[in-house]
Amino acid sequence: MNWTKTLRLASVFVVIFIAIILSFPLNEKINLGLDLQGGSHVILECVDTPNAPVDNDAVNRVLEIIRNRIDQLGVSEPVIQRQGTNRILVQLPGVEDPEAAVELIGKTALLEFKSEEGETQLTGAHLINAKSSFDQFSRSIVLIEFDKIGAKEFGEATKKSVGKVLAITLDGKEISAPVVQEPILDGKAQITGKFTVDSAKHLALLLRSGALPVKVEILENRSIGPTLGRDSISKGIKAGIVGLILILLFMLIYYKGFGLIADFALVVCMVLIVGALAGLKATLTLPGIAGMILTIGMAVDANILIFERIKEELRLEKTFRASIDAGFNKAFRTIFDANVTTLIAALALFYFGSGPIKGFAVTLSVGILASMFTAIVVTKIVLEVVATKFSSRALL
Amino acid sequence: MDLIGKKKFDFIKNRRIVYIISAVIILIGLISIIFQGFNLGIDFAGGTLIQIRFDKSVSTTEVRNVLSEFNLSQSTIQNLSENEFVIRTEKINSEKRKGILSAFRENLTDLEILRVETVGPVIGENLKKLAIYALLFAFIGIVLYITMRFEFKFSIISILALSHDCLIVLGIFSLLQKEITISVIAAVLTIVGYSLNNTIVILDRLRENIKFKTREPFENLINMSINQSLSRTINTALTTVIPVLALYFFGGNILSDFALALFLGMVAGTYSSIFIASPLLLEWNKIFKIRQKGIRITGKKGKK
Repeated sequence: MNWTKTLRLASVFVVIFIAIILSFPLNEKINLGLDLQGGSHVILECVDTPNAPVDNDAVNRVLEIIRNRIDQLGVSEPVIQRQGTNRILVQLPGVEDPEAAVELIGKTALLEFKSEEGETQLTGAHLINAKSSFDQFSRSIVLIEFDKIGAKEFGEATKKSVGKVLAITLDGKEISAPVVQEPILDGKAQITGKFTVDSAKHLALLLRSGALPVKVEILENRSIGPTLGRDSISKGIKAGIVGLILILLFMLIYYKGFGLIADFALVVCMVLIVGALAGLKATLTLPGIAGMILTIGMAVDANILIFERIKEELRLEKTFRASIDAGFNKAFRTIFDANVTTLIAALALFYFGSGPIKGFAVTLSVGILASMFTAIVVTKIVLEVVATKFSSRALL
Repeated sequence: MDLIGKKKFDFIKNRRIVYIISAVIILIGLISIIFQGFNLGIDFAGGTLIQIRFDKSVSTTEVRNVLSEFNLSQSTIQNLSENEFVIRTEKINSEKRKGILSAFRENLTDLEILRVETVGPVIGENLKKLAIYALLFAFIGIVLYITMRFEFKFSIISILALSHDCLIVLGIFSLLQKEITISVIAAVLTIVGYSLNNTIVILDRLRENIKFKTREPFENLINMSINQSLSRTINTALTTVIPVLALYFFGGNILSDFALALFLGMVAGTYSSIFIASPLLLEWNKIFKIRQKGIRITGKKGKK
C-alpha cells in the first residue's frame, strides 16, 4: 500500500469517527420534530373586529401575552414568532395535552362583570393577580385581586348591585352569577364556578396574563399526542431496519464480495447521515425518517452503477485494477448527474415545504450527499485495498 | 450471478405498443382527474382531522352514528384497526370537537386522542400555491440542469418522461380517490427528482455509445444502451423500491400514502426510462429529420 492510499484510508476513518462523535449520545444530539415527540404547531391570526381593529401595536401585545401564557404553562423551548403582518406561529414541543394548550393560548380571556341589566360594570383590565385555590367546601375557586383603580371601580360596581346578581363572564360566557351581599372595597374577590382543579388553574393563568386586545383566530393547528409520536418513531425505526436488512441481503446475494463492500459503504453512509444531522442540529421529523429510509435504497444505487461498470470492464479482459479505475471514471459523471436532479427537487421541497416536509428535504439532501461520498470515496478505497489481496473472481 | 446481463431485448420494435399502453393509462387518469378530481386532504381543502384510539373495538357505523348527531355524517371515517380511527370533517372549532369526543366517550367507550389537525381555508389555499410553485421550481431547475449537461433535446425528453411519471401517480391517486396531502406532494417532488436518475443513466450510455460507435444505426444504439444499463436499472429500481415497500407496510398510516405515491412513481419512472424516454429520442430525430447515423445525435460533437 502506498502513502496516498494509506492517507485516503485514514481520512475515511477520521470522517466516520467524527460522525460517530457528533451523534453520540443519540437521544441528546438528535432533535425530534413535533410530530415525533408530540406537541402543537399553531398559526394564529389577529383579525379585525368593529370594536378592536388590528394594528402593529395590538399584534405585538398579543405576541407578548401569548408568550406570557406559554411561559406559565411551563413548555420548554417553545417557538413564538410573528409571521408577516398579523400572523403568529406558535410551536409547543412535548406538551402533554396539546389540545388544552392550544385552547389556552388562543383564548381572548376578556373578563367582565355585568349587572343584572347586562351592562358591563368593569373588566379584568385592572387585575394585578389571579390564582386558583379552594373554598371551605374544597371546591376549586379563582381568587382575583385588583389594583387601586380596579378596586375603586369594583367597589362602585358591587355597591350598585347589593342584593342583586353581578354576573362574571369570560369572553361573553357566564362563569358564575353570584348575588352581591355587601360592597367589596378591598379589591379582592373570589370566583366560584363549576371549576375543576385544572380549569381553575387555567382561568387564573389566563387572567394573570391579561386579555388579548384583539380577536385571535386559529388558522392552522396540528397537534400530535405523545403516544402517536412514540408510535411513529418505533414504526419508522422498524420500517428502516426491515428495509436496511433486505437491502444488505440483496446486495450480498446478488453482488457477493462486491455486495459486501456496498453493504459496508451503506452502513458508513447511514452513520454519516446521522452524524451530519446531529452536527447540523437538524430536526428529525417523521417524513425525515422516511427520507433516511429512502436514502438506504438510493445509496446503493451508485454502488450498483459502479459494480456494473467494473463488471463490464472485466468482460473486456482488463486487469482488476484497471477495471476499477475505468469503472469509477465512467460511473462518476452519471452518478453526479443523476443525484443533482434529486438534489434540485429536494431544494424545491426545502424552500416551499412546511415544518415536517423541510425535515424530509434535509435528510434527503444529506442522504444524497453522504451516499455520493461513500460510493465515490469509501467504496473506491475499499475496492482498491481489496484488489491488492484478492482477484476479481473471488469477489464476483 | 447475472440474470439479465447477456440477453438482448428489442425495445425499439414494439415501442408503439408501449406508447399506447402509457397513453391509455394517462388518459384514464386524466379523465378521472377532470371528472372526479382529487380527494384533497385537509392540508389543501381545509378541515379537521381527528385520529383517536378507543379502549375497545368500535365499528365504523357506531362512529358515524355519533358524528351524525353533530350534522357531520358526511365525514370520512377510516379505520386503521378495530379501535383506531381517522376522522376527517369540515373545519370545526374546539368546542364542537370537544362535544364530539365526549359523545364518543359517553356512547361508545373511553378513548385517547392521538392527533388533531385543523387547517383553515386560507392556509389550504396558501399550501396549494406553494405546492404548485415547488413543482414548477423543480421542473424548471431540472430541465435547466439537463440542458446544461446534455442538450436541449434531452431535456424535452426528460420533461415528457417526468410528466408521464407524475401524471400516472396523480391519475391513480385520483382514480382510487386517495387523499392528496402535503406528504403526497413531497413524494411526487421526490419522484420528479429521482425518476430521471434511470433516464440519465441510459442517456449517458447512449451519449457514450454515439461517440464510439458511429457506424451503428441510431435504433441499434438506443437498444444497445438500454440493454447495457438494464441490469443496473432493474437492480437499482429494486433496491429503491424495497425500502419504500418497508415504509408502506411498517411505517404507519401517516406515511403509507407517501410511500404509495413513491412506489407508484418509481415503478412508472423505471418503466418510462426504459420504454419511453430513449425511444422518444428516435421519434425526435425522425420528426426533425436528423440523419439516422448516430454521428449527428450529439450535435456539438458531430459537426466535424
